[in-house]
Amino acid sequence: MVEQEGFRRYVAHIVLWIGIAIVAFPVYVAIVASTQDNALIANGQMSLLPGGHFFEVYYQTIFVGTSGSTREPVANMMLNSLVMALLIAVGKIAISIISAYGIVYFRFPFRMPIFWIIFITLMLPVEVRIYPTYKIVADLHMLDSYAGLALPLIASATATLLFRQFFMTVPDELLEASRIDGAGPFRFFWDTLLPLSRTNMAALFVILFILGWNQYLWPLLITTRDDMQTIQIGIRKMMTTNDALTEWPIVMATAVLAMLPPVFVVVAMQKLFVRGLVETEK
Amino acid sequence: MQKQAIFQSKLLPYALVAPQLAIVLIFFYWPALQAVIQSFLLQDAFGLSTSFIWFENYTELLSDPAYFETIVRTFLFSFAIAASSLSVALLLAVMADKPMRGGAIYRTLLIWPYAVAPPVVGVLWVFMLHPSLGVLSRYLRAAGIEWNPLLDGNQAATLVILAAAWKQISYNFLFFLAGLAAIPKSVLEAAAIDGARPMRRFWTVTFPLLSPTIFFLLVVNIVYAFFDTFGIIDTMTRGGPGKSTETLVYKVYNDGLIGGNLGSSAAQSVILMVMVIVLTGIQFRFVERKVTY
Repeated sequence: MVEQEGFRRYVAHIVLWIGIAIVAFPVYVAIVASTQDNALIANGQMSLLPGGHFFEVYYQTIFVGTSGSTREPVANMMLNSLVMALLIAVGKIAISIISAYGIVYFRFPFRMPIFWIIFITLMLPVEVRIYPTYKIVADLHMLDSYAGLALPLIASATATLLFRQFFMTVPDELLEASRIDGAGPFRFFWDTLLPLSRTNMAALFVILFILGWNQYLWPLLITTRDDMQTIQIGIRKMMTTNDALTEWPIVMATAVLAMLPPVFVVVAMQKLFVRGLVETEK
Repeated sequence: MQKQAIFQSKLLPYALVAPQLAIVLIFFYWPALQAVIQSFLLQDAFGLSTSFIWFENYTELLSDPAYFETIVRTFLFSFAIAASSLSVALLLAVMADKPMRGGAIYRTLLIWPYAVAPPVVGVLWVFMLHPSLGVLSRYLRAAGIEWNPLLDGNQAATLVILAAAWKQISYNFLFFLAGLAAIPKSVLEAAAIDGARPMRRFWTVTFPLLSPTIFFLLVVNIVYAFFDTFGIIDTMTRGGPGKSTETLVYKVYNDGLIGGNLGSSAAQSVILMVMVIVLTGIQFRFVERKVTY
């Protein structure tokens, strides 16, 4: 444009770096705190420079846990979070893609009512039906189980709508061509539609994995056994004790470990992440 | 919209939709229905007897000043979170929406907080601003502010709003970037040739053209503030001190779990459902309009 000279550019760079600093500061503090001595932090004398307890704190966090409140190694919590996130992501993609296939590529009685039944679930997050859902999961004896953690969160329509939209854009000629080659509904799905959906599935996977890993209220309600805790619940339990007894370096190390997988996914798969985010919000 | 080329089969399509239908019916419709039924019932403290009481749970709720306060508080939180997060994100997006060196790096460094879980956000902020040991509290105290969010309700609310807005910056930033990229450069150039300075160009051209994005983000941010702040509040303040940071969702959780008042909790759930449906309805209508543009 007319005035693209130096000054405005400097302003832009400066504003962006200030923004980045604000965004990064809380995490920087957490990382620094996770390498320091608890007594120093508890006295309010925490330094803003890294301390020397990195290996010791992370070893205890990952393999032992806090000595007071949870006594559960964070490695185990991370495993629970991982299983839950993968079940939610894979489960949702799997059931959604086949039901979208059924709705788009077949005509059958009650097709539209079924579509609407699924569609309406878009509107209500699990938070508003939390206790009745809890009761059903309890009646099905799924408390403290991976199935109980994942299934209620799979019950939503976003992925189905996304695949439906995508299937509508797949040219009819592809189906006709594979039919001439003698392909039935299974072959067409497996050999043609699935490979075409790969990018969509990957983008969706990235978003669902992050959402699954970050679940909080639901696991908080239905896990009672310590060894079924996810990492997000573990953090809260670590802070439950009286402030004076909180083992801050371990809490902060756990926070850092809880951030690591989803942040890594966002940074490493940025293109897929942005795509998934924009598409699931439509 | 329907496909012309389809398969013929009587049973296969039912088999394909069956898994999703089963999960949706068991884990979505059944509990939602239960919530509605429960909201018309009164259960005694031991769960031994229940009686049908029509709308009493609702009338009791709506005539309860504490509930009304919670509604107002939730909306105040929502607007404060949306306004602060949107304005910071817009500023950053406008700055990043220029062809400049390192643009991709800036984007990466600004979007990652999206991935930080709400409870972790709560822990990070409460630690930074903890009255006795927070690294920032020292400076606040040095500046003469009596900072104690554990006791002062307004300060606790500020803390929750700051933390929640912080997390949402990245999301808003991304959508603003997309919105800015969609504005035709020719329009801005025309305004520049007419002699409009950058500030004026922003307010008379960019901002109005961005208004669909802003509106969309406003709704998304309000929904976010309603639901996703649960984790932040639970690790930061647990709704306290007093009830100064108790939002609608937090109250549902509190009344059902700790208070054991399932009827009232269910009625609150139903009211929340209605609110969300209205918000989503607004969003959908808006999305439809955008498509016809």
